Amino acid sequence: MNRVDDLIKKYDGQASWLVMLLQDIQTEYNYLPAQAIEHVATKLNIPITRVHNVATFYSSFSLNERGKHIIRVCDGTACHLRSADNIRNEIKRQLGIKEGQTTPDKKFTLEVVACLGVCALAPVITVNAEYNGNMTPEKVRDVLAQYD
Amino acid sequence: MTKLTSVVELEAYRAGLTAGDKTRPCVTICGGTGCRANAGLQVAQMFRNMLKAKKLDEKVDVRTTGCHGFCERGPLVVLLPKGLLYISVRPNDVEEIIATSIEGDGTIERLAYKLPGAKERIFRESEIPFYAHQRRIVFANSGKIDPTNIDDYLAVGGYSSLAKALTTMEPDQIIDWIEKSCLRGRGGGGFPTGRKWRACRNAEGYPKYIICNGDEGDPGAFMDRSIMEGNPQSILEGMAIGAYAIGSDQGYIYVRQEYPLAVENLRIAIKQAQEHQLLGQNILGTDFSFTVHISRGAGAFVCGESTALIASIEGFSGEPRAKHIHMSEKGLFAKPTNLNNVETWANVPVIIDKGWKWFADIGSDNSKGTKVFSLVGKVRNTGLIEVPMGMTLREIIFDIGGGVAKNRQFKAVQTGGPSGGCLPASELNLSVDFDQLAAVGSMMGSGGMIVMDDRTCMVEVARYFTEFLSRESCGKCTACREGIMRMYELLENITTGRGTIEDILLLEEVSAYVRENSICGLGKSAPNPTLSTLKYFREEYIAHIEQRRCPAGVCKELTTFRIDPETCKACGKCIRACPVEAITGQKKMPHVIDEDKCVKCGACREICPFDAVTIL
Repeated sequence: MNRVDDLIKKYDGQASWLVMLLQDIQTEYNYLPAQAIEHVATKLNIPITRVHNVATFYSSFSLNERGKHIIRVCDGTACHLRSADNIRNEIKRQLGIKEGQTTPDKKFTLEVVACLGVCALAPVITVNAEYNGNMTPEKVRDVLAQYD
Repeated sequence: MTKLTSVVELEAYRAGLTAGDKTRPCVTICGGTGCRANAGLQVAQMFRNMLKAKKLDEKVDVRTTGCHGFCERGPLVVLLPKGLLYISVRPNDVEEIIATSIEGDGTIERLAYKLPGAKERIFRESEIPFYAHQRRIVFANSGKIDPTNIDDYLAVGGYSSLAKALTTMEPDQIIDWIEKSCLRGRGGGGFPTGRKWRACRNAEGYPKYIICNGDEGDPGAFMDRSIMEGNPQSILEGMAIGAYAIGSDQGYIYVRQEYPLAVENLRIAIKQAQEHQLLGQNILGTDFSFTVHISRGAGAFVCGESTALIASIEGFSGEPRAKHIHMSEKGLFAKPTNLNNVETWANVPVIIDKGWKWFADIGSDNSKGTKVFSLVGKVRNTGLIEVPMGMTLREIIFDIGGGVAKNRQFKAVQTGGPSGGCLPASELNLSVDFDQLAAVGSMMGSGGMIVMDDRTCMVEVARYFTEFLSRESCGKCTACREGIMRMYELLENITTGRGTIEDILLLEEVSAYVRENSICGLGKSAPNPTLSTLKYFREEYIAHIEQRRCPAGVCKELTTFRIDPETCKACGKCIRACPVEAITGQKKMPHVIDEDKCVKCGACREICPFDAVTIL
């Protein structure tokens, strides 16, 4: 938990920075390990229920291990109207997983985001930090093939 | 970076900037997230590499700028000072652009905009209808500056308003100007900004906090994203002026987690402003100090609500609080707090610079100034636009937006995000401002404007928004937590063929209950999508219930696709588009859909050039 201690120090041990502290921990481990949550509660001297409350309230946090590549399908209004459902279903079909799940080989995790704010290119998905706009079900295979 | 310890030093520094030379050749490439997603950065890099190779890099600047707004046609390249606009530029177009329009005096037709059906190309941004009808005040400089270089902002006059405020105006006078300008909150609430500032100034307590709400959770809205990414300094300058007027020295900008580029550009902007002593301690050598922190959201729509946002900054889950004690008295950390939206803050330097009267002369009776809208959905010209308040829906959607995409029929326009409503064609002559749309059951909201065509099912739209709200409810109020879920279940039943007429009455009854018994805006406005679609599109609900039919062909259980053998030209496009190989047909034989395999995705109907795919 040395890395967690460094991050806690970065925020001066202040509980008001809890949300951003957890984000940094998730960036480090790719999810929020239970051990890290306990450690934060102890070091910040706040109830573990509060840390759990925050970790489960905000949708970007994951308490389960995630895959190497995070696929986010935008489900904003513009993407929804341009049949983002079809893209999502095609990804689910090809990878054999549902929303929020990770492939058995831990390569891909599928998440749904309320809106990425790139509405002119709807429907949009991101894989890690890369944006893919004007998606169609046909393009899914090629997009996913870019990732090892 | 040079510390600027007086207004004289600031002006001397500004005069020395080459970026201020308007005659100097410059290639500007839009660097907003939208154009980046379309290889915009590769285009910019190609320009840099090629100009350097041709030894032109000393004479011609290359600048990756903030959002130009014409997102449908990105990547966008504007050659200054000519003002020549090229659209949909690919990296391998760059060589030709340099040869023809930078080294030479020519233009490239195929990269210039033309109106649908017209022959002539339009080369100047200002002559394209999309831009010509706009009035860009908040976005005036986004397309000219590199948001990661404060000197560009200084070169176009940045921070002269803060200098003016700090050295020639008293705090009360500043608040007076904001009040007289009639600036109202741009986040959707429309509360008079000057009144809010005055209340916070008069409140007792120290420190006082200034907050910028950059949560922008409405799906389909990206105005604030573009301001934060494209001109972050304008927000900082506005906040500093507000802090001086109110008596605050601490500010927070709350940015939603889904906007990483906005967070990064704001971080750079704060750092650079501090290095110039335009932020931080003793700004411009005065007694006034103002420090700004960035706080990130983590994926919660409700955190756009001001009390939930404050809870998030304090390190808690985003549960709103009842507002019988105003934020201006006790807000963040129980101290007097003034919270405003990104676009509201960006308007402040303009009002101080040009005066309150100039601002109050723009717009309609009760809604002054301009509003930025994200025009998206089934419209030809999707993108960001800024127009005076009071422009009609018709002018926005048809004159600027270019009308409905693919020549389909207009059905509705949705504004105000999940808190708003849908308006049909009969309401297109309404003026867009704070009051007129609200009077008919919708609202202007934060600026998301979503155009829908005849292939949009309005019942499904209500279901979509209600599901969204049910997921995003913080859970505190029983009416919101349970009521919206029940509404969603009723709408789900209707869209899957299990609805009854009593369901409509129940929806209306639960709507009233949710509205009256929720403490925050999420719950209070949650019934709006359902109630507005029931008001204007009731017959669609009836069709789903009584005929078990979805007239728009969207609700899968109530739709069967069929290819009309008379219209089918056997081109094969649908066969290739079908993700489950449900269509068969040889050349010159009408194609056929196997209904057992069909997953009702509608891809065949979308792609058919002859409209041969019909709904039974």
